[in-house]
Amino acid sequence: MSGSEKINVKVSKIVLLNDLVTRFEFKRIDGELFPTFSGGAHTIVEMKDGGITRRNPYSLMSDPMDQHSYAISVRRDDEGRGGSLFMHNNVKVSDDMVLSYPVNLFSLDLRAKKHLMIAGGIGITPFMAQIKQLDRSHGNWELHYSARSPSLSAYADDLVSMHPNDVHMYYDSENKSIDLENLLDGQPLGTHLYICGPKGMIDWAVGQAVNLGWPNEVIHYEEFLAPKPGKPFQVMLSASNKLVSVGETESLLEAIEREGVDAPYLCRGGACGQCETVVIEAEGEFIHMDHWLEDKEKLSRKKIMPCVSRFDGKTLVLDR
Amino acid sequence: MSNFSFPESIKSRPTYARLEPRAGKSYLFVADAEGAEAIIDLASNDKSLMSKSHVIYIPKNTGKKYTLQLEKLNINQLYIGPSYSAAQSRLRHTLVSSHMGLQLYLSGTEGLIGQAQRDAMVAGIPHTAIQSEHRGSIGRRMQCVHCKGITEDVDIDPYVCSHCGLSLFVRDHYSRRLAAFQGVCIDAEEPGNIPTAVELYK
Ligand code: FES
Repeated sequence: MSGSEKINVKVSKIVLLNDLVTRFEFKRIDGELFPTFSGGAHTIVEMKDGGITRRNPYSLMSDPMDQHSYAISVRRDDEGRGGSLFMHNNVKVSDDMVLSYPVNLFSLDLRAKKHLMIAGGIGITPFMAQIKQLDRSHGNWELHYSARSPSLSAYADDLVSMHPNDVHMYYDSENKSIDLENLLDGQPLGTHLYICGPKGMIDWAVGQAVNLGWPNEVIHYEEFLAPKPGKPFQVMLSASNKLVSVGETESLLEAIEREGVDAPYLCRGGACGQCETVVIEAEGEFIHMDHWLEDKEKLSRKKIMPCVSRFDGKTLVLDR
Repeated sequence: MSNFSFPESIKSRPTYARLEPRAGKSYLFVADAEGAEAIIDLASNDKSLMSKSHVIYIPKNTGKKYTLQLEKLNINQLYIGPSYSAAQSRLRHTLVSSHMGLQLYLSGTEGLIGQAQRDAMVAGIPHTAIQSEHRGSIGRRMQCVHCKGITEDVDIDPYVCSHCGLSLFVRDHYSRRLAAFQGVCIDAEEPGNIPTAVELYK
């Protein structure tokens, strides 16, 4: 079985946080305790949406030491492939769902002398768990959180009232943005930088830090890379001898799974490298969307990451 | 030429490269003996660098050979000290009061590089983010795994532990935390059967 182990849960609570973001809380059906996790971990939520099974990663934002429930916060994406819409429109309290064991691709480096966190919009979620973890160990941290407006900044009020000196808010609606250059300049030696938010924000923050001489080893980021919809295409799975059609709103990985072929994955967001698949034959254009393959590998046309990447052309044969 | 290329060995054995200019806000150099040559080389590639630099230099047995050259480089802050331990509190203090964007350059003997790397790691710099270039003596800092005593500048194998007197085999097994290679009793199986010492890498 691919992915990490599964946990059967019931939706115990749904909280609307603002026009776009909703929190879902889960309890285990078997009454056992959830595993503890480390701040920054995500879980894969399985959604039975009509005929298709969606599996979307969401950062766990509950207290990592709370073994009685897990919580995620989901931002509605009206242009996405429907996973977040399904969560918002179809999921009700006491529904049965399946979560994966937590996997962490965005963990704190506990050797850091200080943790400097930069969040954009829904990118706040992994930091919610990391802050709880750091508070327990009296860690030194600081959060700079930018959101569109006060009414669209999930958890800002809680964070500010609990940590008035450590949380700094920036609202587009007030024309306030993070003065990153000044913020980075003067941070004590041993500071690690964590960024979670839209791609533009990550590129900007990583670029600034590198220019100022911050080593790569202290720069950590997580981008919420959802598979993008695209033109339908066909793929031949040579090991399982199956011809599969990938629909407009499903990912290549989802289509492979729909056909009952067990394919490896962990993050489903182009970051972990687990789903790497060998291309046997290809006639057409690859649409590589992942952060995993090197540019050289992408050009070689020999590998694809089916969780986020697509294909446009006549023939694609994969070793799967 | 003060460069020596160490033959390939086990993974634990540190490797070195040439110092290269890198973007940064400030620069800290720690060097001993022939390690000064690496600084002089870097300075000749990038003249502006030295005015933003703090150099901690321990001449060891090179006398004034390099100090005069270093003094001509327009270094913002140049400290010349008698030994690593004499310079250590200065280094630690400098690291604690430094900010992100500091680039750390180490050059000279393995003992110097290892000890400065250890102090820098404690201060929060990932060891892979530190540039180091070996120059000069191939003598190394050894720890006796039996009595834990440190013997500096060991350049023969086996060597006699300066603390407990055992004859120790010089291993490439290195500890970043101890900033030392491991020396293991060479005649444990057959007490008294000690091969004659040979110079390392000869
Ligand atoms: S599942 Fe992680 S990169 Fe595809």
